[in-house]
Amino acid sequence: MVAKRIIPCLDVRDGRTVKGVNFVGLKDVGDAVELGAKYAAEGADELVYLDISATVEGRRTFTSLVSEIAARINIPFTVGGGISSLEDAARLLDAGADKISINSAALKRPELISEIASHYGSQFVVLAVDALCRDGRWVATTHGGRVLTDRELFEWTHEGQERGAGELLFTSMDHDGTGKGYPCETFAELSERLSIPIIASGGAGSVKDIADVLTVGKADAALAASIFHYGEIPIPVLKRELFNMNINVRL
Amino acid sequence: MIAIIDYDAGNIRSVINALERIGVKDYALTADETMIRGSDRVILPGVGDASAAMKSLRERGLDSVVPTLKQPVLGICVGMQLMCLGSEEGNVRCMGIFPTEVRKFDAAPDLKVPHMGWNALRRPCGPLFDGIPDGAFVYFVHSYYASVCEATAAQCMHGVPFSAALSAGNFFGVQFHPEKSGPAGERILRNFCKL
Repeated sequence: MVAKRIIPCLDVRDGRTVKGVNFVGLKDVGDAVELGAKYAAEGADELVYLDISATVEGRRTFTSLVSEIAARINIPFTVGGGISSLEDAARLLDAGADKISINSAALKRPELISEIASHYGSQFVVLAVDALCRDGRWVATTHGGRVLTDRELFEWTHEGQERGAGELLFTSMDHDGTGKGYPCETFAELSERLSIPIIASGGAGSVKDIADVLTVGKADAALAASIFHYGEIPIPVLKRELFNMNINVRL
Repeated sequence: MIAIIDYDAGNIRSVINALERIGVKDYALTADETMIRGSDRVILPGVGDASAAMKSLRERGLDSVVPTLKQPVLGICVGMQLMCLGSEEGNVRCMGIFPTEVRKFDAAPDLKVPHMGWNALRRPCGPLFDGIPDGAFVYFVHSYYASVCEATAAQCMHGVPFSAALSAGNFFGVQFHPEKSGPAGERILRNFCKL
């Protein structure tokens, strides 16, 4: 059977900084590549690079960073952040990205999913959804959870799958950054409703949290940032512990 | 020289990057028959839709060239599928180098399609897998699979057993992406370069 994947996420701003990493020596573009290479060597199964640049210049720098990553890294990587057109996707594909993730732009114009998937295949399109639970109803959000949309999570993700998304990256904004674990029941329901692989993001604070979302939550992969960046749970330790819990991981 | 067949079938950039990482400098991206025939080794990459890729290969007249090549040829992913008898994807007839059909995975509650991620090779054999142990993980992304046949050089399981690799004479095919499979993938590419 296909192994459960562990995916570190790196935030990049203006091609230079890696967000949320407060140790020295990770300040420029080269270091985003170095950190990715380090994670790959430690056994990360994939990498996700998110461009959090606010400027056109920053976006341009990110594209050249993607080329550097593609030349250096020998595992698959996804890039996301600010992708709002087929041209954006094409530019990142040409730079060597294996997949792109789209979020707000797809909520604004769902056809974007179909356009990119029909041009470059479903394997290239990851639909990222940030959702909040309000009165028992999961609602997709934009702007990092600050703006609620009128799209319900299960209905929206199903539409995304039908439009050609090849994977779902789901973040609960109620859990993100808390380190208290994932909403496993919601993940399990998503997994039952969808046929595409699901990546769980946001909330991991311990090995048990990750083990739970991969088993009880039936997620196919777990994505995390701070636990890896701060060295709280090194990847080799995490994977060995998951393996010892009879979870199928690549060692 | 390694000829990488250029037929507009997806991203070949990652294959080139992987060759450069293992120190291969002498390669060319080409659709020219003379150049392909004159090369030491040939790589047929491929991503996306098998019927579109086959059409693209046919338009360049390369569907009749590839099966007659005498040097080592490696098909990757859809490139491998085009070397089979035919594919359910767009019901296309392929080059028929490997005696097997390409079928679609049936999604089930515990079986995600596409088959995406790292999976274990079972009983890898032959020179391409020199130094690759049984159970080694490699990276797959596909919704269609080649059935197991006498040319199967490594198996994998995703609901059903399927051909992770095929070989027949000088022809080799891998369903997974060696260019994205970490050190194991690099070893496989190195092995191909030594054939």
